[in-house]
Amino acid sequence: MKAAIIVFPGSNCDRDVQVALGRSMRAGPGAKRAGDGAPVMVWHKDADFDKVDLIVLPGGFAYGDYLRCGAMAAHSPAMREVVRRARKGVPVLGICNGFQVLTETGLLPGAFLPNASLKFVCRDVLIRVETSQSLFTSAYETGQTLRVPVAHHDGNYVAGEDQLERLEARGQIAFRYCDQDGEMTAQANPNGAARNIAGVFNEAKTVLGMMPHPERLADPALGGTDGRPLFDGLVAALS
Amino acid sequence: MRANLQTSGEISPEIVAEHGLSEAEFARVIEVLGREPNLLELGIFSVMWSEHCSYKSSKIWLKTLPTEGPQVIHGPGENAGVIDIGEGLAAVFKMESHNHPSYIEPYQGAATGVGGILRDVFTMGARPVANLNALRFGDPDHPKTRHLLAGVVAGIGDYGNCVGVPTVGGEVNFDAGYDGNILVNAMTVGIAPKDRIFTSGASGAGNPVVYVGSKTGRDGIHGATMASAEFGAGSETKRPTVQVGDPFTEKLLIEACLELMATDAIVAIQDMGAAGLTCTSFEMASKGGLGVELDLDTVPCREAAMTAYEIMLSESQERMLMVLKPGKEDLARAVFEKWDLDFAVVGRLTETGRMVLKMDGAVVGDLPIDPLAEASPEYDRPWTAAPRPAEVDPASLAPPEDTGRALLSLIGAPDLCSRRWVWEQYDHMVMADTVGRPGGDAALVRIHGSDRALAITTDCTPRYCQADPKAGGAQAVAEAWRNLTAVGAQPLAVTDNLNFGNPERPEIMGQFVGCVQGIAEACRVLGTPVVSGNVSFYNETNGKGIPPTPVIGAVGLVDDIARTTDIAFKAGGEAILLIGETRGHLGASIYLRDLMGRREGAAPPVDLAAEKRNGDFVRALIRAGRVSACHDLADGGLAVALAEMALAGDLGAEIARPAIKRPAIKQPGGGPPGADETPLHAWLFGEDQARYLVTAPEAAAVLEAAGEAGVPAACIGTTGGTALTLPGGEPIFLGELRAAHEGWLPRYMGE
Repeated sequence: MKAAIIVFPGSNCDRDVQVALGRSMRAGPGAKRAGDGAPVMVWHKDADFDKVDLIVLPGGFAYGDYLRCGAMAAHSPAMREVVRRARKGVPVLGICNGFQVLTETGLLPGAFLPNASLKFVCRDVLIRVETSQSLFTSAYETGQTLRVPVAHHDGNYVAGEDQLERLEARGQIAFRYCDQDGEMTAQANPNGAARNIAGVFNEAKTVLGMMPHPERLADPALGGTDGRPLFDGLVAALS
Repeated sequence: MRANLQTSGEISPEIVAEHGLSEAEFARVIEVLGREPNLLELGIFSVMWSEHCSYKSSKIWLKTLPTEGPQVIHGPGENAGVIDIGEGLAAVFKMESHNHPSYIEPYQGAATGVGGILRDVFTMGARPVANLNALRFGDPDHPKTRHLLAGVVAGIGDYGNCVGVPTVGGEVNFDAGYDGNILVNAMTVGIAPKDRIFTSGASGAGNPVVYVGSKTGRDGIHGATMASAEFGAGSETKRPTVQVGDPFTEKLLIEACLELMATDAIVAIQDMGAAGLTCTSFEMASKGGLGVELDLDTVPCREAAMTAYEIMLSESQERMLMVLKPGKEDLARAVFEKWDLDFAVVGRLTETGRMVLKMDGAVVGDLPIDPLAEASPEYDRPWTAAPRPAEVDPASLAPPEDTGRALLSLIGAPDLCSRRWVWEQYDHMVMADTVGRPGGDAALVRIHGSDRALAITTDCTPRYCQADPKAGGAQAVAEAWRNLTAVGAQPLAVTDNLNFGNPERPEIMGQFVGCVQGIAEACRVLGTPVVSGNVSFYNETNGKGIPPTPVIGAVGLVDDIARTTDIAFKAGGEAILLIGETRGHLGASIYLRDLMGRREGAAPPVDLAAEKRNGDFVRALIRAGRVSACHDLADGGLAVALAEMALAGDLGAEIARPAIKRPAIKQPGGGPPGADETPLHAWLFGEDQARYLVTAPEAAAVLEAAGEAGVPAACIGTTGGTALTLPGGEPIFLGELRAAHEGWLPRYMGE
């Protein structure tokens, strides 16, 4: 398996996801092939990067998040290529700022408002896996509760009512914020996102955007590993 | 050309005073120059000789601090301190204040404080891996406190979060003594290959001087001078002297500098901090024994028609100055252009020993470097030591009706409540190496790609420093050392951020001298040299100084992250052991202040030999895996530490006081007068030093080892249940304890 991480000026979780995904790749079934185990970094000005099995848009503050989170990154040369490949079915994972970039490109529906608290929030949250029927969630059980950190100022996912209904109907909601019993309460929602949405797929479920950071809890030394199966599952599916 | 320097009559006594120079200092300026300065030159003298840049009141005392040790690679004098952490790596760290600007404009003041200290660290070749902040605000009831707290926390958060360096710890305290002068002390720790440390001393006459980063604007002019004066009426009008930060540019600057540092292009590099281009170019040339010539027309400017004075004194952020090897300009330019940053060759080093500034083809300033540096004022200011306050006899204090209720009040009060509201606004996990998150004794940040970690903390107890500066200074070091020890780390070195009032007043200078003496002694005994630091004087409004606040930032090393611990109770039925001697010292305590409304009494005595003995014993226990949790005892004493451990582990405990054994060692001064036995409230809430709480699955063996090591230790209870039960009190259920602990700060901020 080969993976690329797009690095924008202001990305700051690029190395973190490289480490987490790389760990799963090295342990994965196809790890003997050359180049495996090391997702490559692709500079935002590079529209001509190698063919890969997975593209990751990392967290951070691409272009300083000036104008609007993800808005400028969506127009970078590398992103034009990411959109082209995604439309051909190459899987794309966007985490936090990467999710914001994905909505700005139109690869995923919806948009983001500042958190309901109007403050940055960094803490572990619980999310419920809405479906295990995807490349990204195949190593989880549907309905499973995960503990994963969030760290964002603008994670308040919004979409029109009819758009939300379509997401529900087509099973495009990947994760929702929940409490310990798996219930979607307002208290469990760290940012005010519509219907407690923490992550959404495109219609073909080849593109996933999520606000929580699975790469931050994929290592027991950091206090948890609930994020790891996401990467393990991707490696298993794409190797 | 000389015509431009004919300036007689330009500089009036009013202009000199506005530049913060005394008459004697101005006379010295004329002596150094051999003529009257022009306005630009006066401005340069003004910032170079400001307290902020010259340390003129503190230098004589700072020289008494221990700064050497086998672990020290660079002590004070560089942008940050550098210590050896083994395996070919070095830790680079420093703490610096941004107090004055943060009071005037809390968001930008605090944000640029973080930016400045980050630059001090990456300018030496280190990738920043952790930020911490020691914050002091006024009385919660003061009308500005909420606004200042909200702005400072948002400013720190927005800057650190965007650059992608985790903010992993620090302190927040409230005291009416900071009503007019808050403290924002920011610390950054970075890691570098120890054979690739970059310094600021220029070399090689003829080498190009290069400017990189953001453009120069009209912001922050005379920020250093402002930070060297008291506040009076109308200080808010100084807002234009506060700089504006751009963390996005800082992030690019970090990456670009580290990329260029991987080549061999750089001779010397320094960030432009206080006093901007002036201070940076001057210091780089001065350290190299060289001259420098700058062409101000080539400096990238944000605004048109900026004068030489504005360009030289601007404190615009996110800028660096480098000396390159000859012929490396194109290589360096390509790196900075890749990151969309400004890059300009603005001058060259010379052999003249002078700083020559040119603009529009004319010389607009010409200053001798060494004479200016050598003539930099240095004062041995008069100082007086305040008398030590009388001891408080704990037996004279009425005991609380219920010790549990007393604990609830304390742990729900501004100074001891949870700081979650603060740290959840900071990204404390980015870089994915935060092994020990905020809320414990020290942050633990893994050294990337290894099983080793740095432990980091900041500490100071201004109540103690006020009561007894020397004991307070020593206590700040001892507490930082304990906090590192309590996670299993070996303390290595410290940085100090010394915040005081007006040093021209002998009683303030006395506080400074006492604190420095205490820090020096503690650092010597505990083996942690001072490798970097910052002095902030004139934290004073209308003649009222802040409480003396010498903050210590300390760094320690953990060899194996599997051999560390945290404060959380882990399992029911484990013995809770109190390590160290308890005499029930209530002078200058939180208990006395918050529950009795009395700000008095002597600071707790600091026995450095006991600190070392007890701490070394505890660290060995942790490293041997013999304890399951550990917490140092500090503000609020035993009871507060127990509550924090119970809350962290979501597990209760039942506490019983062991039978009293009079210690064989006689306390200096004979101990609390008339107290045959420490009263229960003093046992629970006293703030005696050199103490820890640990839980141990095999308690008897630990107690036996303590006996052999000559370390006082006693079993004081057992973990278990859903309530904390103190002697002399009804059980407090953890839900109630948590509500009290977590409730105050969000409620105060109106949530």
